[in-house]
Amino acid sequence: MFATLSDRLADTFKNLRGKGRLSEADIDATAREIRIALLEADVALPVVKEFVGAVKERARSEEVSGALNPAQQIIKIVHEELVTILGGETRRLRYAKSGPTVIMLAGLQGAGKTTLAAKLARWLKDQDRTPMLVAADLQRPNAVQQLQVNGERVGVPVFAPEPGNGAGDPVEVARASIEEAKRKLHDVVIIDTAGRLGVDETLMQQAADIRDAVQPDEVLFVVDAMIGQDAVTTAQAFLDGVGYDGVVLTKLDGDARGGAALSIRSITGKPVMFASSGEKMTDFDLFHPDRMASRILDMGDMLTLIEQA
Amino acid sequence: ARSQGGLGQGLLSLLSRDRLDEDTWEAIEDTLLTADVGVAPTQALVDKLRTRLRVEGGQAPDPRTVLREELVELVGTDLDRRVQVTGADGKPGVVLVVGVNGAGKTTTVGKIARILVAEDLTVTLGAADTFRAAAVDQLATWGERVGVEVVRGPEGGDPASVAFEAVKHGVENGVDTVLVDTAGRLQNKAGLMDELGKIKRVIEKQADVTEVLLVLDATTGQNGLIQARVFSEIVDVTGIVLTKLDGSAKGGIVVQVQRELGVPVKLVGLGEGPDDMAPFEASAFVDALLG
Ligand SMILES: Nc1nc2c(ncn2[C@@H]2O[C@H](COP(=O)(O)OP(=O)(O)OP(=O)(O)O)[C@@H](O)[C@H]2O)c(=O)[nH]1
Ligand SMILES: Nc1nc2c(ncn2[C@@H]2O[C@H](COP(=O)(O)OP(=O)(O)OP(=O)(O)O)[C@@H](O)[C@H]2O)c(=O)[nH]1
Ligand SMILES: [Mg+2]
Ligand SMILES: [Mg+2]
Repeated sequence: MFATLSDRLADTFKNLRGKGRLSEADIDATAREIRIALLEADVALPVVKEFVGAVKERARSEEVSGALNPAQQIIKIVHEELVTILGGETRRLRYAKSGPTVIMLAGLQGAGKTTLAAKLARWLKDQDRTPMLVAADLQRPNAVQQLQVNGERVGVPVFAPEPGNGAGDPVEVARASIEEAKRKLHDVVIIDTAGRLGVDETLMQQAADIRDAVQPDEVLFVVDAMIGQDAVTTAQAFLDGVGYDGVVLTKLDGDARGGAALSIRSITGKPVMFASSGEKMTDFDLFHPDRMASRILDMGDMLTLIEQA
Repeated sequence: ARSQGGLGQGLLSLLSRDRLDEDTWEAIEDTLLTADVGVAPTQALVDKLRTRLRVEGGQAPDPRTVLREELVELVGTDLDRRVQVTGADGKPGVVLVVGVNGAGKTTTVGKIARILVAEDLTVTLGAADTFRAAAVDQLATWGERVGVEVVRGPEGGDPASVAFEAVKHGVENGVDTVLVDTAGRLQNKAGLMDELGKIKRVIEKQADVTEVLLVLDATTGQNGLIQARVFSEIVDVTGIVLTKLDGSAKGGIVVQVQRELGVPVKLVGLGEGPDDMAPFEASAFVDALLG
């Protein structure tokens, strides 16, 4: 539907092949196209402004190679900048030095936390860990059952002492789960929590209480790749409200560009660690910044062209 | 519950400046863009506003009024936003609820059932999400909450046959409305979209589908337009339910959806409880968007 950035730039630069240094007007025209492409990819506006500024700077200062079409040159700069932001300092899960490693999930309603919990458990099991899942969403109707079914699917035990649907205290469940894990010799505990809004102070406080009760080694913020401009507000609200160490992007099997990855990374500095890409328990991967960069601006083809140039 | 804010004080105070300089125009544009209105509609709106203020000059009404008017017009006020919940010829009305994963379909079904029950209509729910873990139980819990019957099939069974059975049950028992919950599906999954088409066709062997509601999450960005377009192609969407408007997201994507597809937003979701649903109101929506 949207013209890709490659198309747009190719159009802007129709007459510029081999021209060498770009004029200020060329750079402005380019910047406009990049801005539109990023906004259509749902990159948050403040991040777009900063990003476009940085690209302009580089486009001005770099001699545009005669071998390349200026459009391609710009695409290359944009791609490099994206990868730098998305990738910068990636890291692996931190495991506890002693006792079980505690991973807590948090995010908006419907983001994909419960599904991700089971996928993560399965992935850890494949690495010879002995994870346990914890049903600490006692609010969403049948969230406990959902986790139990998913736990069964991946062959990981689920600690679910409370039935949920409004009954039980999630902070207590989380606290008790650590003792349970020690008793049963699980080396990783994954705590599923209820979905909550950034603006919901009560529920945000509850998340902070769960965190304080279990002292997690990792809090992961789970976010839907389809999210739009609200990504920054919400990411910041969760950072302030509960805090997190890493981000998981879900529903990447869709056709959303996923500009949130860039927004959240630049605003919070927290790395995107995992990618969730389907409803099957195996649809899970480490996050690949280069793939994400190409996806955000739909640059797959253009990159191949540049490599051939 | 949602705080609607004043009459878009944040943005509108900018407009009351004597001279609208470029910074002001940029601020207007920024407000629209950060509400997910999208680049093209924002551009069109700003251009129209500029023209009106220039042409009408000193005669122009208060700039606040102009912007608000233009936006309300974009969202559309003269659309029929009634949800068709009853059928013809003594048959039940059938409401099919569709959308991507996690948008709020099951919750919406529960909330609509609650409203219908309060209006003394008899309701049956069809649990045609046979795929997601515990989805049927989730709907059953909603059924208990609001006191309506749920027709369910075997786990992992054919969703179309569950939908068929639910509507058949509704027809045979003289129920007023059958609400059919479906599994979340991303619109780029051809197989799942075909399945949805089939669900609708199979239902129609029993009774007409009187309303197809597409559930859109207000936090959704530009992908929401693609969702609306593809779901409309497959099952002819007749209304949008905009959920999670109780959060910080503005749901501006529906401006584009309405502009391009003409499908009206009919209901808004304002929380996780059974009563957290309201009719869509263009002016309140616009005020919140500008706020
Ligand atoms: N296509 C696709 N669907 C996903 C993915 N991750 C989760 N889902 C689906 O998205 C919906 C919501 O996922 P959940 O895991 O229930 O999300 P949640 O964050 O636990 O939701 P709440 O507990 O209600 O806040 C379900 O239908 C999942 O099957 C993904 O990567 N791709
Ligand atoms: N705050 C808020 N949460 C909502 C609203 N509507 C639904 N939710 C929550 O969003 C999450 C997903 O809702 P569901 O009704 O399960 O969504 P769904 O579309 O049926 O999900 P799948 O069947 O998994 O695709 C749940 O945690 C709901 O409680 C709303 O209007 N506001
Ligand atoms: Mg959950
Ligand atoms: Mg559902």
